[in-house]
Amino acid sequence: MNSTILQISSRYLNIILLIASVFALIRGHNQPGGGFIGGLLASLSVIFNSLAYSPEEILKKLRIKPIQHIALGLILVLLSIIPSLLAHKPVMHGIWIKGSSAFLQSVKIGTPLLFDIGVFFTVIGVTLLFFFSLLIKK
Amino acid sequence: MNIIAFPIFFPFLLVIVMIMVRSVKLAKCLAIAGSAINIIGILLIFQQVSKNDILVLNMGGWPAPYAITLVADYLSSLMLLVTAIIVFSISVYAYNFIQEDDGNSKFYVFFFSLLMGVNGAFITGDVFNLYVWFEVMLLSSFVLITLGKRKEQLEGGIKYMALNLIASLLFLAGLGLLYGKTGTLNMAHLAQILKDDQQAILINTSAMLFFIAFGIKAAVFPVFFWLPSSYHTANITITSLFAGLLTKVGVYALIRFFTLFFIQDSDFWHTLLLIIAGFTMIIGGMAASAHYETRRILSYHIISQIGYMIMGLGIFTPLAIAGAIYFTVHNMIAKTNTFLIAGVINKMKGTYYLKNIGGLFKESPMLAILFIIPAFALAGIPPLSGFFAKFMLIKAGFEDEHYFVTSVAIFTGILTLYSVIKIWNEAFLKKHPDETKVHDKFKPGFIDILPSIILGLGSIGLGVFAKYFFEITSAAAEQLLNPDFYINNILNTVK
Amino acid sequence: MEILLAILTGLLFAVGVYLILRRSIIKFIIGIIFLSNATNLLVFLSAGLVSGKPVFVPGGEIAMQADPLPQALVLTAIVIGFGIVVFTIALKYKFFKTTGTDDLDQLQQTDK
Repeated sequence: MNSTILQISSRYLNIILLIASVFALIRGHNQPGGGFIGGLLASLSVIFNSLAYSPEEILKKLRIKPIQHIALGLILVLLSIIPSLLAHKPVMHGIWIKGSSAFLQSVKIGTPLLFDIGVFFTVIGVTLLFFFSLLIKK
Repeated sequence: MNIIAFPIFFPFLLVIVMIMVRSVKLAKCLAIAGSAINIIGILLIFQQVSKNDILVLNMGGWPAPYAITLVADYLSSLMLLVTAIIVFSISVYAYNFIQEDDGNSKFYVFFFSLLMGVNGAFITGDVFNLYVWFEVMLLSSFVLITLGKRKEQLEGGIKYMALNLIASLLFLAGLGLLYGKTGTLNMAHLAQILKDDQQAILINTSAMLFFIAFGIKAAVFPVFFWLPSSYHTANITITSLFAGLLTKVGVYALIRFFTLFFIQDSDFWHTLLLIIAGFTMIIGGMAASAHYETRRILSYHIISQIGYMIMGLGIFTPLAIAGAIYFTVHNMIAKTNTFLIAGVINKMKGTYYLKNIGGLFKESPMLAILFIIPAFALAGIPPLSGFFAKFMLIKAGFEDEHYFVTSVAIFTGILTLYSVIKIWNEAFLKKHPDETKVHDKFKPGFIDILPSIILGLGSIGLGVFAKYFFEITSAAAEQLLNPDFYINNILNTVK
Repeated sequence: MEILLAILTGLLFAVGVYLILRRSIIKFIIGIIFLSNATNLLVFLSAGLVSGKPVFVPGGEIAMQADPLPQALVLTAIVIGFGIVVFTIALKYKFFKTTGTDDLDQLQQTDK
């Protein structure tokens, strides 16, 4: 598919989708959003690009391949349980960094956020893997 | 207390490792090492459980009905232990039997995610969480059964997928109705609420949905058709893994649900369970006698033996429940073992059809001995595990005056013996039909029969130390029949 | 509203069951999608509908809130359903490429 409109608009939509995905990821703790939705948005930007150009080309250009995204996400999920183990709390107990700075007031940082980031990367990897394996004909 | 989460997170770690490992040889070694560590961790849990009777962990530190609760009681930890042993033997077996065209290192990723799903299903104390673990297990098994991408595998995969997806949907529907009625999904909390419930008839709707869902997973009588038409298509390693673990998770869920909270309308349910158990046993047994392909005979054996477990649940006396658990443990070990040996025979002779093989007793007496142990254990010959399991169930059946279903069980025992002896005669005793092609290239090495040795020793051990195992299973049955202990332990851990 | 959604759930179940009884594999998969959506709706309805109430209100009263659990359950179920549907479609695609048939009656090789 070679549509100029798609190609030009994908250039701008890319950035918007990626920013929106990170936004959704961070606000997800108490409001609608979260790792899953963020991940879908982020993978959408890649999918949009591959529809505008060609999936093979985009897959080649991806520096981190989908399967590596999955591995990275799963590692982050696993890391997020370690603080709760070290603190002798039940597994997956949320541990937060407390502070009074303006940044920490607006963005809550803790193991649940790490878990969410893990989900974020896993979802990107899984969605892209689905997409590319269904679209690219060997 | 955090050790209860080990059976979930350790396979999870192994999944990540297997995704990242490139070298196939390294993946194979890591899989063996990983499943050995898994056994050690689960032995620790087992030891803790036998000291404290029950272990409870509320994930995330939330109080009990709200958190996802992980519970290890005798039944769970026993199942975990057997699973760990089976997984260890299969990871050893896979060393030679998983080849290039079976996906190789991809196999291990899904192998361990299957283990994670099975372990999770055994220790969770939350109905929705059970659904999630079922799905983890199901998705991994979908991938495993179609890994080689051969034509018959894809066909078997579609059949397997179709019925199991419907089962999952029924499970979810039953769960939704249950939540609508009670407002909770924590098993202990559910049990507490449903105990004093007078409107048992309303619960029956969701109980029936759960029953059909677990029945499909466990392959009981009217809904077992997916099993014999899909299991034999995959690589034999995968088939033996499924034979040992998957249907038993369904049985475990049935035992858990129908002892813990679907106990109001017991007359109806126990009669239904006994009827279904009778049909499952007899049909599985008869189909097994009719077939001449090793994997299909063994697949139908799985079905007929699920019947015994359901029968134990239907009789519902302490001895019967203990017998059902004993039978499940015995069956997991022996069933996996027979499939593993069928795989070795196939590798030696290149076929699973009994008509085309023979003379194995002369060729490899060691293999013959290894086959006779699980086969006779399945048939119920005295010093081996199957005898005690069947004895307990049949004794419980007669004591509780279920003469008809117990006679069916005895008759099925004879059918099982017949079909096992059929394999023995055809594969081991008779002369090879084609004398010119007797000397094949493959001789099973030590690593190929090591899993069978481990599992065979397990079958013998379960028989010889039957007294000790009887005590464990009786303790498990006692816990199951007194749900108050389970309820109190979970709902009081908040303090 | 609940009665309407209950009827819709029933309708979706009916459509799904009709489709999974068809002979074509792709219709079977569409039937599974219908069934899974019907089930999700059923789970979602299990807590009852509360119109216009948020799930979490910091410092709010319990009576002002909707039950969050079915929403979380449905979200999880949708994600799982998503994965399963993709897998089934991929499997069907592969199957069609190897055998060239979409007819469930042709699937008799493994039963013989």
